[in-house]
Amino acid sequence: MKVERKCKIVSKEWLNRDAVYLVLEAGDMVRTSCAGPGRFVHIKCGDSLLLRRPISVCSCQEDERSDLVAIAFEVRGEGTRWLAGREVGDTLDVMGLLGNGFSVKPEGRYLLVGGGIGIPPMRGCAQYTQGRSTAILGGRSADKIILRDCFEGECAKVCIATDDGSLGYHGFVDALVRQELEQDRGYDAVLACGPRPMLRNVAKVAEEFGVPCQVSMEERMGCGVGACLVCACDMKDGTRKHVCKDGPVFDSREVDWDA
Amino acid sequence: MPDVDLRVNLAGVTLKNPVVVASGTFGFGREYNQFYDLGELGGICAKGLTLHRREGNPAPRIAETPMGILNSVGLQNPGVDAFIAEELPFLRQFDTKVIANISGNTPEEYGVMCEKLDGAGVDLIEVNISCPNVKAGGLAYGTRPELAAEVTKVAKAHAGKTPVMVKLSPNVTDVTEIAKAVADAGADALSLINTLRGMRIDVNTGRPILKMNTGGLSGPAVLPVAVRMVWEVHCAVPHLPILGMGGVARGEDAAQLMLAGASAVAVGTALFADPYAPLAVRDGLAQLAARQGLARVAELTGGVRPW
Repeated sequence: MKVERKCKIVSKEWLNRDAVYLVLEAGDMVRTSCAGPGRFVHIKCGDSLLLRRPISVCSCQEDERSDLVAIAFEVRGEGTRWLAGREVGDTLDVMGLLGNGFSVKPEGRYLLVGGGIGIPPMRGCAQYTQGRSTAILGGRSADKIILRDCFEGECAKVCIATDDGSLGYHGFVDALVRQELEQDRGYDAVLACGPRPMLRNVAKVAEEFGVPCQVSMEERMGCGVGACLVCACDMKDGTRKHVCKDGPVFDSREVDWDA
Repeated sequence: MPDVDLRVNLAGVTLKNPVVVASGTFGFGREYNQFYDLGELGGICAKGLTLHRREGNPAPRIAETPMGILNSVGLQNPGVDAFIAEELPFLRQFDTKVIANISGNTPEEYGVMCEKLDGAGVDLIEVNISCPNVKAGGLAYGTRPELAAEVTKVAKAHAGKTPVMVKLSPNVTDVTEIAKAVADAGADALSLINTLRGMRIDVNTGRPILKMNTGGLSGPAVLPVAVRMVWEVHCAVPHLPILGMGGVARGEDAAQLMLAGASAVAVGTALFADPYAPLAVRDGLAQLAARQGLARVAELTGGVRPW
């Protein structure tokens, strides 16, 4: 199976001061990968950096001419700065689609929770469930709530929380998750992506309500395919799984949140 | 350009080409088999094994550094029995040599693992006495000549006909001292270098990036150290074949290690940026040998002309 491809950037947009949205022409990458949201691509960021950067897929689309893969990432260091400097027409060296994504049914109804740069990966879930899901988006401030219009078009309902109260509910997303699960017992599962403390709190609330919860984890990564074993995630049973191959999405009850 | 004979001999084992993948960077091969036929490789050093399953160190286990990476995986592996039962049959399907890499807490553990692996049928056993990321055994055996010799003797006594290659640490004052001790103890080959101990600190938090604080440095940054050490060891024990490694990313890098005295080379860290790196190194090496009019790539070994 082909894993590595040269992908052309066909559109680029800054979502806020730090976050970039890129759409890539990915050949048959989507068609030849397992369907479903929550997987990632591993991108080479210039010649002087030895490690690729793993970036979750925001949305993807099969197309006869060339599949399209959209990603969104925040400039955090040297690699993402290089990537943010690429322009439409440039070509990227991309491995994908990698990892195990969210386990979802297209006919399901899910509570999607995204925090900060964890918002974009939830968009794939929204699209996959064809408008039936609810999204809860959180961030430090209003400008961090990215892709809001997309979610509003692709979800039954969108709730927003900001740490500073500049948009929506003043506080963290887990409070909104609690509110939503209290009002509506009809969700098949909670699906979440964001910083670890957020995921832990969301998982806790989901567990209280007896709703299954899947979380997309982040860890410093090496090979991206499960060979080098650096991206370890501590599990409750004492084992260490790997974000790139076993994840990035895990059942929240399997994760050792105290590690 | 004329075809160059790429075959090399490593401790009596014929590799179809001199490019091996380094232990710990290639798992047990399954992941990279989706990129190319593993039979393209000269050999595969499997992920480091211990007698019992190990979960390794907590994350983060990797940090990027200037032209290098630090890792602190800590020998996560399913244990030697699981390797023999579940991974070795997979690796055996391919026309390549399988090298098992082992680490023990005691010399006896090395012996038990050698016996099991000899019985299971691997082509070579790489005895790791140089892992910087485990507390017991590991590096301690690789930094003291008498302990390195003891482990080598036990391994040789239990490995039957399977050749034993001892992997040396660069974290020593004089690598030739250890090399000579291991050679006298009966090692069939040496591999070097393992990673160099290093550290990276996040200046905003004051915290090391790695959860274990320190780790092992690999990648192009260490290539000159590897070339120097292979050369020193080759001069000290010229009769022992060497598997050279440390920062190899191109054919020219491999040629340097071979000129310094290596019979074959291993590619590791370069895989993370480019899964096809071992094949590029092989092809680059073949072209370089052809340009120099060599009939056999093995002619490079030890060919350095020092001033």
